[in-house]
Amino acid sequence: MAKQATRITVNGKPHARVVEARLTLADFLRHELGLTGTHLGCEHGVCGACTVLVDGRSARSCLMFAVQAGGCEVTTVEGLTPEHGLSVLQQAFMDNHGLQCGFCTPGMLITLTELLRDNPDPTEQDVREALTGNLCRCTGYAGVVKAALDAAQRLRNGSGA
Amino acid sequence: MKPASFDYHAPRQLKEAAELLASLPNAKILAGGQSLVPMMNFRYVIVDHLVDLGHVDDLRGLAVIDGRLRIGAMMRQRDLELSPEIARHCPLLAEALRHVGHRQTRNRGTIGGSLAHADPAAELPAICAAYDAVVHLASIRGIRAVPFREFSSGFMATTLAPDEMIAAIELPIWRPGHGHGFHEFARRQGDFALAGAAALLDVGTGNVVRRTALALFGVAEQPVRVDVAEAALTGKVIDSAAIQTAAAAAWLIEPISDIHAGGEYRRHLAQVLSARALVEAARRAGVDV
Repeated sequence: MAKQATRITVNGKPHARVVEARLTLADFLRHELGLTGTHLGCEHGVCGACTVLVDGRSARSCLMFAVQAGGCEVTTVEGLTPEHGLSVLQQAFMDNHGLQCGFCTPGMLITLTELLRDNPDPTEQDVREALTGNLCRCTGYAGVVKAALDAAQRLRNGSGA
Repeated sequence: MKPASFDYHAPRQLKEAAELLASLPNAKILAGGQSLVPMMNFRYVIVDHLVDLGHVDDLRGLAVIDGRLRIGAMMRQRDLELSPEIARHCPLLAEALRHVGHRQTRNRGTIGGSLAHADPAAELPAICAAYDAVVHLASIRGIRAVPFREFSSGFMATTLAPDEMIAAIELPIWRPGHGHGFHEFARRQGDFALAGAAALLDVGTGNVVRRTALALFGVAEQPVRVDVAEAALTGKVIDSAAIQTAAAAAWLIEPISDIHAGGEYRRHLAQVLSARALVEAARRAGVDV
């Protein structure tokens, strides 16, 4: 039983695989599905780079086994991006210098997507608290916070990018 | 940084889970995985069998029964944080939950998992200590109810038998109008606290304390109640001076020292945070302090 059959819907597309029970959801996404937008920094739940949405809730994909996500809907950073162009939040990151090397960005985008969905008018404190679970070691957080608040405003105004 | 191989089991019934746990060699329970999976990734923990409780419906649910709030062990911390019942009946727990890890870990982490892991700096065991919670432990022998002070047994240690799992936690509900206070000191929001204090305070006419509970975490090998402070306040008129005197009793703890903070510093924090938690609890109970 070290191998298990599992069915996971990722970014709207169902996938059925037989995987090792010890395979993390992060490695499933990257190695089984080739969705390398989900980054792995620390692999022990500290850095937040691997954050994805599981049934609409942010979770660290390095701290979940793929078999636990059986029957779940998973959204990765690839799933946030529309067919053409960027999401409002992604565009705001670009416009506000919200990324530099970009390693932490997928996790940041997922965390903030959840925040802005649940709280369309966050304060700077709300944004900073949400981001405590995502480490950035180059850009710093000022640009990221600015981008989140900018995206919130754009979404409230209903004005795409 | 990858876990060692194991066999995975996903029972649907509590009985089935108990049977697996009793019969499988070197088996461990997987609750929310937010502490266990990092340890497995580091290979601090190597198991032959993992019993995932994520599909056991019997372990979920939240109900008020005979003046107690009963919480299923597999309730996610985030669901508890957003629960109106908890905000209404056990507001101290609601407040503490906002300090547990990060939203991403609270979305997966469970209350039972946190209690079984028993990190001395964790918030939820301290809240159970403050409320004198009762922990219900399930095994093939049935369910036994254990007071939290007998459940917690030392540094990251509990009296759970190897074939037992936490099924539910019961918190006695305090009288409406009681005050609660919660303060912790961590370098960053979401980090494990260097020290923290949780207070409950029931104040009657003439600002006389009918009942109080003060629990500290992060300062000793397990959560501790400051009995001396509670005794100093109970039956007395509460005011600012009484709180400061009571909080000073936090000095009596036997603090732990580590790379994050020395024992003397933790002792200092314990006193300061106790005072803040008690002041907050008193104000919420309607006392002007």
